[in-house]
Amino acid sequence: MADQPAHRAAVVEFEHVTKRYDAPVKRRGGTSTKTPGAVNDLSLKVPAGKICVLVGPSGCGKTTSLKMVNRIIEPTSGRILIDGVDAATRDITELRRSIGYVIQQVGLFPHQTIADNVATVPRLLGWNADRLRARADELLALVGLEPGTYRDRFPSQLSGGERQRVGVARALAADPPIMLMDEPFGAVDPIVRDRLQNEFLRLQEELAKTILFVTHDIDEAIKMGDLVAVLQVGGVLAQFGTPAEILSNPASEFVARFVGDDRGLKRLALDRVGDLELVQVPLARPGDDAADARRRAHADPFRYLLLVDDANRPLGWVDEEDIPASGTLDEALANPVSPIVNRRTTLKDALSMMLDADVQAAIVVDRTGACQGVMTVDRVARLMREGEHGRMYGVFGDED
Amino acid sequence: MDVFGFFLDPANWQGPDGIPVRLVEHLALSLAAVLAATAVGLPIGLFIGHTGRFANLAINTSNIGRAVPSFALMVALLPIALDLAPVLGYPPALGLSFLPIFLAMTLLAIPPILVNAYAGLRSVDRDLLEAGRGQGLRERQILRDLELPLASNIIVGGFRTATLQVIATATIGAILSGGGLGRYIIDGVSRNQPDRLFAGAVLVTTLALVVDGLLALAQRRLTPRALRGPAVGRGGSLPAGGEAAA
Repeated sequence: MADQPAHRAAVVEFEHVTKRYDAPVKRRGGTSTKTPGAVNDLSLKVPAGKICVLVGPSGCGKTTSLKMVNRIIEPTSGRILIDGVDAATRDITELRRSIGYVIQQVGLFPHQTIADNVATVPRLLGWNADRLRARADELLALVGLEPGTYRDRFPSQLSGGERQRVGVARALAADPPIMLMDEPFGAVDPIVRDRLQNEFLRLQEELAKTILFVTHDIDEAIKMGDLVAVLQVGGVLAQFGTPAEILSNPASEFVARFVGDDRGLKRLALDRVGDLELVQVPLARPGDDAADARRRAHADPFRYLLLVDDANRPLGWVDEEDIPASGTLDEALANPVSPIVNRRTTLKDALSMMLDADVQAAIVVDRTGACQGVMTVDRVARLMREGEHGRMYGVFGDED
Repeated sequence: MDVFGFFLDPANWQGPDGIPVRLVEHLALSLAAVLAATAVGLPIGLFIGHTGRFANLAINTSNIGRAVPSFALMVALLPIALDLAPVLGYPPALGLSFLPIFLAMTLLAIPPILVNAYAGLRSVDRDLLEAGRGQGLRERQILRDLELPLASNIIVGGFRTATLQVIATATIGAILSGGGLGRYIIDGVSRNQPDRLFAGAVLVTTLALVVDGLLALAQRRLTPRALRGPAVGRGGSLPAGGEAAA
């Protein structure tokens, strides 16, 4: 991105898009027996810079929908607008070169080096050799592959995870405003997939591309998506909304079943400590008057004081019972066993830490380590209940 | 019988019936037939391979050239080549010798070239081509940058088969008063000179082996480095640490 101004991300809008297959199709020039799923009157809008995950069982038309954006498949009716311009009216080659494309099988060219593979689109755009090489190195570094080690290798010399990274680098090569990703992390083992997902999300924070992402895995959809479109067989859009919305208010039986019975637990991986209303507990510092501290602890339903240092950083809990009747508080009284979390910690991780420590509460700190309050299991349960009663996220309402 | 004697006799290295002339005749005839077969078979093979259309029609039609025995084909083409001489204006002598042999050899050489070009292109991974199209390669670039290099091994294999068949068939062509190394075999039989006959056989065999060896070399050279044999590039193994290196 050094030598090219970053394209702003584009808005992608499906407008009553339908794709019908009358007979089992033969892909052009192909003998594939796999019939793509049909799509039925799909309308949805992906705002610029967001990841929209298309998720559903096989035959739901999610891949068909994706491939209609770069016109690998042409719609039977309806329009796909990119920044308001109908994709069907654009030159197909120019359109495709402006859209990054990542597929599960990666599809690296086996007879070309990694650097040549990554620089495919810039080469088609006529960049000179120096610029191609610099761009390939830059992208390899971006996806975590050391250019010196990898640029002259061939795809067959790479592991599955490394190939997926190269696939992402190749899609990013011409800095396209849109990326289409068809199960991009589907062909690697769960541990590598998890790492690739996390790295990609971190990358996306910088790149802010508009991304359409296809998966059959609801957990991946919830993790990766700013927005999730759940499709059902026949290519019908069952629900479109934020992951939290879909988990807390499934629009239909189908969505509820597809999301799974453990959607409450799944939400824990989505919601963060910052979403909770924190409990405020009495604070005290070493050297404070013990009698006064004891009174304050007794007045609080918690019956504990939180001992903090001068910068409000937690030192540990002091049980009301342990506070001496007179004198001053001492740091030795503090019981340090309590998990410390921040507002970005997911509820799932926070609860896990609380279970490990066998406590009911965790201390929430800010970036400087200063205490912000306390989260409790009770507050988590309260948040979950609010969700069940129709807490709304974002601007996308349900149809029914 | 003294085959070595035949090769050592300086008389056999000179004149219109000398080894150099017969060798050149043989090679020129074979080359002409392979070039003609390539001109016809390769574009058709690439077209049906790239588009997947008309494949059965093209392959079955081309196989007729393989089904009919080549000598029978030459004999059948003989009157046609003679009758066409006044119409197309070439000397009747050409119709008597060169043309029927050349046409029969061409028809024989088309199927392997056409079928291998088709099979080579079809062998390229469909996902790879879709990745190429999805990135905005034009059809021409798909063919040139992906299909041809990836299928080169199989395509050149078709040339090898065609060339060997043509070199063998050119030998039979000598029966129709044609030239080439086959003359030694025909003449050896008719003049009852076994030296000549065996020398002819040795020459044809050697020629076939040498040409095939050269083509095998070309086949390897034309195959992209990364796809050659078991040793891929340098080393060919995964980097130490693999995924962990990233």
